[in-house]
Amino acid sequence: MKKRVGVLALQGDVREHSRAIQQSGAVSVSVKRQEDLASIDALIIPGGESTTIGKLLRIFELLDPLKKSISEGLPVFGTCAGMILLAKDVIDGSHGQETIGTMDITVRRNAFGRQVDSFEKSLDLSNIGAGSLTAVFIRAPWIEKQGSNVQALASVESGNESHRESHVVLARQDRQLAASFHPEILEGQRYEVHEYFIREVAS
Amino acid sequence: MSEVTGTSRVKRGMAEMLKGGVIMDVVNAEQAKIAEDAGAVAVMALERVPADIRAQGGVARMSDPSMIEEIQRAVSIPVMAKARIGHFAEAQILQVLGVDYIDESEVLTPADYENHIDKWNFTVPFVCGATNLGEALRRINEGAAMIRSKGEAGTGDVSNATTHIRKITGEIRRLTSMREDELYVAAKELQAPYALVKEVAETGKLPVVLFTAGGIATPADASMMMQLGADGVFIGSGIFKSGNPAERASACVKATTFFDDPKVVAQVSRGLGDAMVGINVSDIPVPHRLAERGW
Repeated sequence: MKKRVGVLALQGDVREHSRAIQQSGAVSVSVKRQEDLASIDALIIPGGESTTIGKLLRIFELLDPLKKSISEGLPVFGTCAGMILLAKDVIDGSHGQETIGTMDITVRRNAFGRQVDSFEKSLDLSNIGAGSLTAVFIRAPWIEKQGSNVQALASVESGNESHRESHVVLARQDRQLAASFHPEILEGQRYEVHEYFIREVAS
Repeated sequence: MSEVTGTSRVKRGMAEMLKGGVIMDVVNAEQAKIAEDAGAVAVMALERVPADIRAQGGVARMSDPSMIEEIQRAVSIPVMAKARIGHFAEAQILQVLGVDYIDESEVLTPADYENHIDKWNFTVPFVCGATNLGEALRRINEGAAMIRSKGEAGTGDVSNATTHIRKITGEIRRLTSMREDELYVAAKELQAPYALVKEVAETGKLPVVLFTAGGIATPADASMMMQLGADGVFIGSGIFKSGNPAERASACVKATTFFDDPKVVAQVSRGLGDAMVGINVSDIPVPHRLAERGW
């Protein structure tokens, strides 16, 4: 039977993730309320504005149920804002920014800069058994620190010629996967990160 | 491959991330913080909200850079700012300031009555207004990475926003029902490039995100625009010209997310205090209507 993969549909690029889920052979389900969590095998937290999604999670009483479900093993994949929302700690968050906080990572928000610094770049995904993909980074976060139980799967370098630093942009902790970039907004190719999530992380 | 900035994917992608959200006009850091706390996905930094531009008259221009920077320092969400139609030097300044999106806006006094800004020349993405599909596609052809349907800004009267979002989505639906050999004439009639017309006919949507703006003042207005096919809403004067901006801002955010659930919209509509008083668009003489600027 096809897996039912939810997309948290409070705000953000929900439609793109739904398309990627369907093209990866699963059924896409919109998740807006607590009861929607009961019928899904896995969940994607989309790109969007992390402060907005975080507030709506709290207001519509989804934050604690999500924490519970993910802690109990609901497979979850967060992209960009979704990565921030999974992070235990956020650097440069808004005042009092709340997250689900189930993943043992410290994320720097808007780490690569403002929108004029947003970029795309070819990224090697051999660690997840995929080829390279054009990764699109939009006001993107990076993982500044991770716990020993978190596996770094892809990195990019930033900085100037005299000082280059490497930053983790794709990581997995058991049944949780987080990406700084947006594999969902590419068109006309396979969604290999979604396939990996559905096949491996949510197996 | 090294990093490439300012690509169409990066510019249009930024707007995709704003979908389902509310972008609010703010004139200072304090308002920007209220907007962020209420759950706005971005703020539009400007010196005067449209209602005041309308009341005070005179030439409306790009905001003072220090005022924009003050707002950038105050919040962590994206900051947008307005340039006059065709005023590419204002846009160059806004790009240097690092604003996240430029609104080439009819709310300001136009600087060029023939040409819009050549937006392909910029790394920063642009949003432009449109009253119909042809206008939207002309702006996209010039490099706009996001479209907002125009309403009559600064009025609190939602009727023009309704007209224009219906017009744009209606014209899109019409294209999807046409035979392929009819699209050439459709492009001629829309005064838009054939390639974009064909793309819209095939996909049934604009190639960029479509928000709506102008006259939205209540959670119900936001819900209606979303139900009519908008990807999100801009609220200008409607929030900070109302009795209780923080409550109203938060209510509009919730109503935009749960636009299709009248119970939620009813719940958040309670006890918001006075909405902006507003002006009926029909009482504004035609030469003073902002939505008609743009060509």
